[in-house]
Amino acid sequence: MTSIPDTAASAWPEETARVRVPWHRRLQPANLLWLLLVAILVILIVAPMSKLVIMSFTDGKLGGWTLHNYVEAYGNPRHVTALTNTLKMGAAVVVLKLLFGVPLAWACTRTDMPGKNFVRLGVFGAFIMPPYLGAVGWILLAGPNAGWINRVWTATTGLNDPLVNIFSFWGLVLVTAIGGFFLVFVFVSSAFEMISSEMEDAANILGAGPFKTAMKVTFPLVMPAIIGSAVLGFLGAIALYGVPALISIPARYPVVVIQLTEFFSFPLRLEVAAAYSIPLLLITMALLGMQKLFLRRKGFVSVSGKGGERRVVKLGRWRWVMFGYCFFVVALSVLLPLIVLLLAAFSTSWTKGFSFDNLTINNFFYVLFEHSSSRQALTTSIGLGIVAATIAILLAFFIAYIVQRRLLPFSSLLAFLAVSPYVVPGIILAIGFYAAYALPPVGLYGTYIILALAFVTRFLPIAFTAAAAGVRSIHPEMEEAVRILGGGRLTAIRQVVGPLLKRTLAGAWLLIFVPAAQELSTAIFLVGPKTRVVSVVLLDLSEEGEMEKLAALGSVLLLIIVAVVAIGIKYLGRDFMLRRN
Amino acid sequence: MDGLVIKKLGRRFGKVDAVLDFDLHIRPGEFVSLLGPSGCGKTTTLRMIAGFIDPSSGSIELDGSTLSAPSGSVPPEKRGMSMIFQSYAIWPNMTVAQNVAFGLHLRKLSSAEIKQRVGAVLETVRMSHLADRYPAELSGGQQQRVALARAVVIRPAVLLLDEPLSNLDANLREEMRFEIKRMHDEFRITSVYVTHDQGEAMVTSDRIAVMNNGHLEQVDTPYALYSRPRTRFVASFIGRTNFLSGRRTNDAIDFEGFSVPVAAIGEGVPDSGPVTVSIRPQAMTLSPAKLGNGSGVNLAGSVKESSFMGETWDYLFQSNEGGQEFRVVAPPADVFAIDAPAWLQIDPAQIVPIAD
Repeated sequence: MTSIPDTAASAWPEETARVRVPWHRRLQPANLLWLLLVAILVILIVAPMSKLVIMSFTDGKLGGWTLHNYVEAYGNPRHVTALTNTLKMGAAVVVLKLLFGVPLAWACTRTDMPGKNFVRLGVFGAFIMPPYLGAVGWILLAGPNAGWINRVWTATTGLNDPLVNIFSFWGLVLVTAIGGFFLVFVFVSSAFEMISSEMEDAANILGAGPFKTAMKVTFPLVMPAIIGSAVLGFLGAIALYGVPALISIPARYPVVVIQLTEFFSFPLRLEVAAAYSIPLLLITMALLGMQKLFLRRKGFVSVSGKGGERRVVKLGRWRWVMFGYCFFVVALSVLLPLIVLLLAAFSTSWTKGFSFDNLTINNFFYVLFEHSSSRQALTTSIGLGIVAATIAILLAFFIAYIVQRRLLPFSSLLAFLAVSPYVVPGIILAIGFYAAYALPPVGLYGTYIILALAFVTRFLPIAFTAAAAGVRSIHPEMEEAVRILGGGRLTAIRQVVGPLLKRTLAGAWLLIFVPAAQELSTAIFLVGPKTRVVSVVLLDLSEEGEMEKLAALGSVLLLIIVAVVAIGIKYLGRDFMLRRN
Repeated sequence: MDGLVIKKLGRRFGKVDAVLDFDLHIRPGEFVSLLGPSGCGKTTTLRMIAGFIDPSSGSIELDGSTLSAPSGSVPPEKRGMSMIFQSYAIWPNMTVAQNVAFGLHLRKLSSAEIKQRVGAVLETVRMSHLADRYPAELSGGQQQRVALARAVVIRPAVLLLDEPLSNLDANLREEMRFEIKRMHDEFRITSVYVTHDQGEAMVTSDRIAVMNNGHLEQVDTPYALYSRPRTRFVASFIGRTNFLSGRRTNDAIDFEGFSVPVAAIGEGVPDSGPVTVSIRPQAMTLSPAKLGNGSGVNLAGSVKESSFMGETWDYLFQSNEGGQEFRVVAPPADVFAIDAPAWLQIDPAQIVPIAD
């Protein structure tokens, strides 16, 4: 008698799930559904990205293949400098983000530091605050002449040279870092929460002191999270548009995104822009690929498990020092810029300082009722946020359900497509969409549709990751129980899967809505004169020097986002955004 | 034919036959267990009966109409069956009462009748006082009762149970076995129960179908499986046993050191050639002196190993002539020292020839 080896036996349930349904005998509408989903993903992802690549090799005037675009893009030393500048800036930003994010994450998860909730709230504020508003705040704080810090400095010391200048390399780095370190915090703190104290106890019992334990056990275990968030932090920094637009031009420090807008201004050189953006895309893909390789080689199993019991480190006298550092970071990233922004919003002139005759609400009146496009831009931004988040979640849920339940053939292809926009910086996605859909024959330039499509694509990976994790968490037997009692698959989705995933999907919806309502880099090349989003209007106000009005409009945007998030927190609980999927 | 008829059922996954040539007729109201080690194909068979997996050969019929065949199958929701899952699959977004009422709502019964039937079935599983609780507020045993109530309340044509007790602790498992038995005695629902635990199968089932490597080894009542196993696998999977190899001569089977007349053994002895038999440790008696009575086989030898199991002794006996080893179970009072001389008496009626 032969017996099946254990491995084959245990592999069966998996196999069962895979070949349970011979798909060719499945209903034909299922195949149509598959085709429909593929078609949607082609429109959203494959077409714009391939158009981008094709265009970079296309002769703009004559048509036909050429490498000339690359020569024009990289033949000019100034353009090459912008690329190297960007990489330098990105590296410096990563260091700063880690210096901000990792100690805060450690302090909030593993120590008895006081005021943890305050720090978490501060980090949350950094997530809600759009980077360009942080930049505006810092221009008001540390502008070379009129900045608050410099005026206080001059007043107290009598020295005329400014103390700090935000329009510099380090200014650019600081403002970029405060706008993105929350990601480091989220990743690293959830890694810290996964580490059981028993692992540290094991090192202690073998004779390692607290410092040695931290260096040899704790930090190596959170290393994957640190590396992962560093990669994301770098990619976020080099793809950001708003902060460089406000700071790097006056700082005379050209970077890639600014160079791209130059190709987009008159005369429009779309093909050169496409060619110029390909290396950035390749860098992104290479970094994410390297990160994956690195993490695969070391099996960091412990971090994926459910954390055991955790004890906090007693900091003793250092508690308040730690809190002081955290407060410093929160002040830099949220408190200071927010305060000066609000002050400016209520001032006739922000340079005059705080006094009653300087107090006004005219700025709000102006942006809400008088300015030609700001109220419409607010509506557009909020509307786009709602539409993009809703479509992305629905699409992601369908794909995730089909992929997880293996209902259709080649469903892993759908999954791959759904997460692939992750590697595309927003501004490059915008170029792809412009190239594919803006011009005739499609001619979507200046419509809400092209913006909505681009936003859905941009946020589809977040939606898919959340939806897939949600569907995976539901045991298939939950649905089989519905079916055996007489309900179809749709009944199962409506009565069981839907209600069970409501919170997960609502949380993901908010995670998309917040950045979508502020989104700038995807919008910058796609907005038309009638479809301007609020971030674009804010940048225009800054160019016009209308800092008070800008501050007022920014405050209104923040207020709306905070209100939506507050409603979300009320129904979904406090932690839904600071968790990693 | 009435009842659930499974004919030549087979299912391939890639190059492996998970189930092959499976034949079984389950009569209306009967409780049949599919018993076997993990990977033997019992869950695949159950899921084919439920309609979650289509067969690659053979068919499944219920009361004369075909449910499953390679050419096409009735989907699970149209089979009028119900199922209890390993994970219970109690919907956490619904209360106990809503969980139980779900199948009735799908059948579009009046709300008065739904209320009455949900109340009655919750009474039967002793869960009435928890009707408005959510599953997260229930213990494992209580969730199991909800699953049971939800499955029987629709009065299914067939009730399928997929290792429903494997997630419970030992005491609760014992209790729920009898609970399932009681429910079956009360409602007489045709039931198919998948398990790898022979104790569960023995207590609950009218008949047990023992499966191994995707095929059916033997279907019989629990006692018949124990007392007359037909294959080596069944003999060793149900309880413990001793295997002896012998050879058929004219009207006896010759073993190493002794022989037994065919007439004393009963049916199933091949006409010639080698024979394997199974002798249960409980079918033999160990004594300090020769027991002189009747037709029994008596062997002289000694005790080589002993373990006290709490309620019985477990001895390893070795015969002097031929050196055959036997595992023997003895009552606690029968104490033998290691290497002490002893006599072994075998009841020939409990020597069972088996196919290898």
